[in-house]
Parts: sequence; C-alpha cells; structure tokens
Amino acid sequence: MEQNMLRKKRSLKYTYIDCAIIIGLFVLLAVLENIMMPTHIFFTVVKKGAIYALLAVSMNLLNGFTGLFSLGQAGFMLIGAYTYAIFTIPLEMRESVYMYYDGGIINFTLPVVVAVILAGIMAAAFAFLIGWPVLRLKSDYLAIATLGFAEIIRAIFQWDKLGVITNGANLLRRYPKFTSALVPCAVAALCIAIILLLINSSYGRAFKAIRDDEIAAEAMGINLFRHKQMSFMTSSFFAGIGGALLAMFQTTVQANAFKSAMTYEILLIVVIGGIGSVSGSVLASFLYIAASEWWLRFLDSPMVLDNGFQVPLLRVGFRKVVFSVVIMIIVLFYSRGLMGDKELRTENVVNGFRKSKKKLREWISDRRKKNREVAE
Amino acid sequence: MSDTILRMDNVTMQFGGVVAVNDLSLQVNRGEIVALIGPNGAGKTTAFNCITGVYEPTNGMISFNGQPMLRNHPAGKMKKFYAGAHADKFTKAYVPQDEEALAAIAAAREAGDELTAANLQAAYDDAAEQRKEQALLLDPHAFSDKVIAPTPDKITKLGIARTFQNIRLFKSQTVFDNVLIAKHMRAKQNIFTATFRLSYKEEKRMREETEALLEEQNLIHLRNELATSLPYGLQRRLEIARALATDPQLLLLDEPAAGMNPQETLELTEFIGQIRKKYNLSIFMIEHHMDLVMEISDRIYVLDFGRLIASGTPDVVQNDQRVIDAYLGVSDDVED
Ligand SMILES: Nc1ncnc2c1ncn2[C@@H]1O[C@H](COP(=O)(O)OP(=O)(O)OP(=O)(O)O)[C@@H](O)[C@H]1O
Ligand SMILES: [Mg+2]
Repeated sequence: MEQNMLRKKRSLKYTYIDCAIIIGLFVLLAVLENIMMPTHIFFTVVKKGAIYALLAVSMNLLNGFTGLFSLGQAGFMLIGAYTYAIFTIPLEMRESVYMYYDGGIINFTLPVVVAVILAGIMAAAFAFLIGWPVLRLKSDYLAIATLGFAEIIRAIFQWDKLGVITNGANLLRRYPKFTSALVPCAVAALCIAIILLLINSSYGRAFKAIRDDEIAAEAMGINLFRHKQMSFMTSSFFAGIGGALLAMFQTTVQANAFKSAMTYEILLIVVIGGIGSVSGSVLASFLYIAASEWWLRFLDSPMVLDNGFQVPLLRVGFRKVVFSVVIMIIVLFYSRGLMGDKELRTENVVNGFRKSKKKLREWISDRRKKNREVAE
Repeated sequence: MSDTILRMDNVTMQFGGVVAVNDLSLQVNRGEIVALIGPNGAGKTTAFNCITGVYEPTNGMISFNGQPMLRNHPAGKMKKFYAGAHADKFTKAYVPQDEEALAAIAAAREAGDELTAANLQAAYDDAAEQRKEQALLLDPHAFSDKVIAPTPDKITKLGIARTFQNIRLFKSQTVFDNVLIAKHMRAKQNIFTATFRLSYKEEKRMREETEALLEEQNLIHLRNELATSLPYGLQRRLEIARALATDPQLLLLDEPAAGMNPQETLELTEFIGQIRKKYNLSIFMIEHHMDLVMEISDRIYVLDFGRLIASGTPDVVQNDQRVIDAYLGVSDDVED
C-alpha cells in the first residue's frame, strides 16, 4: 500500500520533469526563431512535423488504442482544411478567391480559433454519419468504408455545383496563416495533451479493452458501438483540426491534394513510431518529415565533385527510392516501431537505465565468479 | 417465482444445420450453485453464450429475476431450416396445449370409450382460455412475435457476469486495470468529464473499490503485473475477480477448474463457496471435474448433444443411467 503511494509520488515527479522538458523545447524553438533565418528549412520541418504529429496521434487513437482500422484520415483532414479556409477568408478577399462563382454565397467570416474548432466538429460529424451504419458490423468494414468515403468526399468538394461554397476545383487561398512555428507546435501539443488525458481516463481504458478483446470488453459491460463511435469521432475531430493547420501551413487548399497517399503516409508514421505509442507517433513524425523534406534532399540534385567526377545515381526522384528502401527496412525489421507500445517518458528512461545498470552489475559479478572458479 | 433468478424456456441455438442447444429449459434459484455438465461438444458453452447475449438464440426465452431478458423465434431463412422443437411457441401463432390432458383423451379413444373421450375433449376446449392465461403468466409477451435481443453489455449491466472457458483477460493491461475496467459500466462520467478530470472523485472511488476487491481476492500484491504474465491458476482467479467487480447477482463460470491440479481444484471449490456467501451470489457453472461438481452443487443439469438428459441433486444425477451412458459413450470414443 505504502509502497504504491511512494511509487505514485515518484511518478508524478517525473511527469513534472516531462512537462518541463517540453516547455524547454518550446523556449528553445522561440530562441531559434530569433537567431536563425526564418526561411531555414528547419522551421518548415518543425511546422509540418508538428501538424503530422497531431495527425498521427489522432490516427493512433483509433488504430492503435481502439484497434479499429480506418483509412479515412485524408478525408477528415480535407473536411477540416476546407471548413477552416471557407469560413476565414476575409470578406474583401472573397470576390477574388471565388472569382468564378461571384464571390461565393458565404458572406461572413469566423474568428480563427472558432473556425479551427468548427473544422474539428465538421470532421467529427462526418465520422458520426459513417460510423452509424459501419461500426455496428462485427467484421472490419471500417477500412473499406472510410477509404471509400475519403475518395468520394474528394470528388464532392470539387463538384462544380458546390462551387459557391467550395470554389469547385479551384484553390482556396488568402485565409489567415501562421508565420511562427510556435503556433502549430502549441496547437498540436494542446491537442495531443487532450488525447493523452483521454487515453489515460476511464474511456481510454475502455478503448484499450475493446482493442485487446471485444468479447471480454462486452462482457465487462462496455457498449461496443457507443465506444467505437466515440473513439472514431474523437479521432476524426483531431484529424479535422490537423487539416485546418495543414491548410494554414500550405497557404492554399485544393481537394485534389488530399489523396489516399496522404493517409498511407500518416499510417506509415504511426507504424514507424509504434502502434499504441503517442510519443512514438510524435517522434516518428518529426523524423519522417525531417528525412523526406531535409536530410535526404541532396539525393535529388546531381552532384559533380571537384575532380569532375559525376556521383552516380543522384538525380531527381532518387530520394524517393532511398526513402522507400529505408522505410521497408524499418517496417520489416522493427515491426513494433521505434517505441512499440511504450511511451518515451523520463520515468521509463530512468527505470530502464536503472535496470540495465543492475543487469550489467550482475553480469560482471557473474563473470568474476566464473573466472575465480576457473582459476581454482 | 421470485426466488428464480435465471430461467431458460425451450432455448434452441442452431448454427446452419447444427443444433448446438436443443430445447433447453432450466432454472437457477437465488443463492444456489447449479452445475451444467456434459460430454465435450454437448453445447454447454453455447448455452452460456446464449444467456450472455454473445449469440442470439434461434428460439426460446430467457428470463432474469422474473423479467423476460431474451426472446426469439425462428425467422427469415431460419424459418425453413429450423430443426428444433416449439417453432411457434414464441410467436403469434402459439396455441398452448396440455400434454397430459391430450394424452388422457387419446387413451380414452384408444380404449374405445367415446363418451369419456368426448367429455374430456369438451372440458379441454373449455379450458383453452385458462391455458392462455397460464401462458401469459409465464411469458408476458406470449402470443406475440416480440423479439428481445440485448447486447452482452446490457446483460452484464442487469447483473449477470461470466468467465470464459479459454481465459479472456485484457492482455496488454495490468491486473489492476483489468479489474478497474469493470467499474466503467456503472460510472456516471462522460467522455468530457473523464478527459478533463472533472469526475476525479468518481475515478478515485472506482480505484478504491478495485483496490478493496483485489485485497479481498488476495491479488493486491500483483496489481502492477501484466495480466498475462500471471500463472494459469491466478489468471483464472483474476478473471473471476474481474467478473465480481461488475457487481453481479448471477455468476456464470465456464470450466473454472480447467487445467488445475487436484490441490488447486480443492482450493477453488472452497473459494466458490466463499464468494457465493460473501457477495450473495447465485452461481451457474460448467465443469468437468466431477469431484468439484458433486461436492459443491445444489443441483446439476446434464446436457448431451444439445439436449437435457437429466437433472437433479448430485446423488440423483450420479446414478442416472442416461448420464452414465453419455459419459461412458464418450470414453469409448476416446479409447478408439
Ligand atoms: N459459432 C458457432 N458456429 C457453429 N457451430 C458452433 C458454434 N459454436 C459452437 N458450435 C458447435 O456447437 C457444438 C457445441 O459446442 P460448445 O462449445 O457449446 O460445447 P461444450 O459443451 O462447451 O464443449 P466443451 O466441453 O468442449 O467446452 C459443437 O458441435 C460446436 O462445434
Ligand atoms: Mg465449452
């Protein structure tokens, strides 16, 4: 009993340390923004990485923590991105943005924060409508239904008849964006913190129970449909917010960009980070974006050395080849991902360190004993 | 009536052409320990799955605390392929019959006593209304097509908890969390108050209750262990603790002693007796260990090929020829 109290206290202390580290990272980012060139690729990576981190964590909530395999992420992002863009384009800009549709029919703008939340709500509403028929079925039709939904929604948003709202196949632009990388990081961190709180609540435990064993979860009085629906809607809500952030990051929105390849990209991040690990998803998303946008860029540009030697293979498109190979290796040999289903927390790091220290000590004393025996 | 906690009426479960449970009627009274035994594949687990809503029975009714909890009749495709009895008993078309009276009429006809037969027939026809009333007393939905098919979680909420033949613990979670999940069902919090810790008081209460239960069950020292890292016997005990955490009135145990040695079985026998008293439970269990069954059961039902072949106190069942045959038949097969 007492031991347990002590354990809890220590755990709380480590949680404070974790929070302090995250705040420290934010401070570091603020400092870097003041001393580095704002156009440096580093900031692009941080912005996109933070947005993808949120998208990956929201997907992980559904696929990793509830065990529901959904492939609709791009569709929900699209809804979020469009909702945000449509409702925040300033009135005086609408004439030029909706130039083929007489300025559109929406003649009001919402504050940015309200529009971002509305983006999430719209995505969640669509999740509700899809989940209603699909989540009742025992078998896994969700993947097919959500994939289909994402493709259909992409077509609908480009439909000419809806042009007065969606601007048809044309770009949406001139809505408010962010300049500082702190904005997407803060929004993503807030959303991920909420998801973490959910995962560690009674509902999060219920989601995990459903993932582990549906029949046992039902026997424990958990209503499968209701809880699956909740997880699906929450996940989509945050995918919608992620979509709104992506719209701000990209500065323009066009439905055609939200292809299923985007969903697979996020799924890949979830797998690389570890299915069922929030910190894994965050870590993997920054690494993935850094690798694809920055570290492997050089592979795309032909290089001629001083002595006139043209380095073979380096040409446009080679980056994608190397990238695919690296990912295949990760998926094949580290199928549990970077983190498995563990979390990267100071507590776990310290405990892991202690354990390996203990093991090392045991190993050394074992060795000594053996040597002595041999000597005798 | 009121001391019958569980009642099954003519329950039939048919999978395609296989009738796994055939016209099963039984009852468990409050405070009783009742055993369901029978050779492998007799349909015992299927009967449990019907009671807990995992399967929707093809035909029949199951009542809990005197209230109809499940009710169904063959419909759709099954109407044609139904191979069980009483196909229309739970439909509009039901006509209650009195087997005994009908037999008496037939006997009189057989004997050539037309007058008595005619009199009996007239009395029988007059009693039709009475029979209807009787039927309504047993089944308030009688003479209707009403289907009641709640999901398993609703049944657990009513107060029926169960364990599984092949242990089903939440494998990625600790002993403590496995039990704590059972408290979710009756919690008042919603997803918002839970996420933003507005219902921390309830959460605290849930944790305290779980702790107390684990303490009572002598599992508290294992609270932070992964459920699946426990030895087999303890996993079974944990599964029972988890079921108890749902505050059941009726506990269904599917082969609780499976894989246990004689010593462990003996301990389990004692344990089942204890929890019945402590938590005011009625217990319905499937078990193959005859020592355990004979020692602890108030009554026993014997199932073979989905049909009830005997029932009664341990003494009666032990000496029933059909039961002996059913079990000997099985052991013959094993030797072959
Ligand atoms: N979902 C299902 N679909 C088809 N047939 C099934 C299904 N579930 C059970 N059966 C069949 O029903 C019969 C009874 O199975 P059940 O598991 O109820 O037996 P049991 O009495 O529990 O046996 P055991 O002692 O081996 O546990 C078996 O023939 C089985 O194959
Ligand atoms: Mg069985």
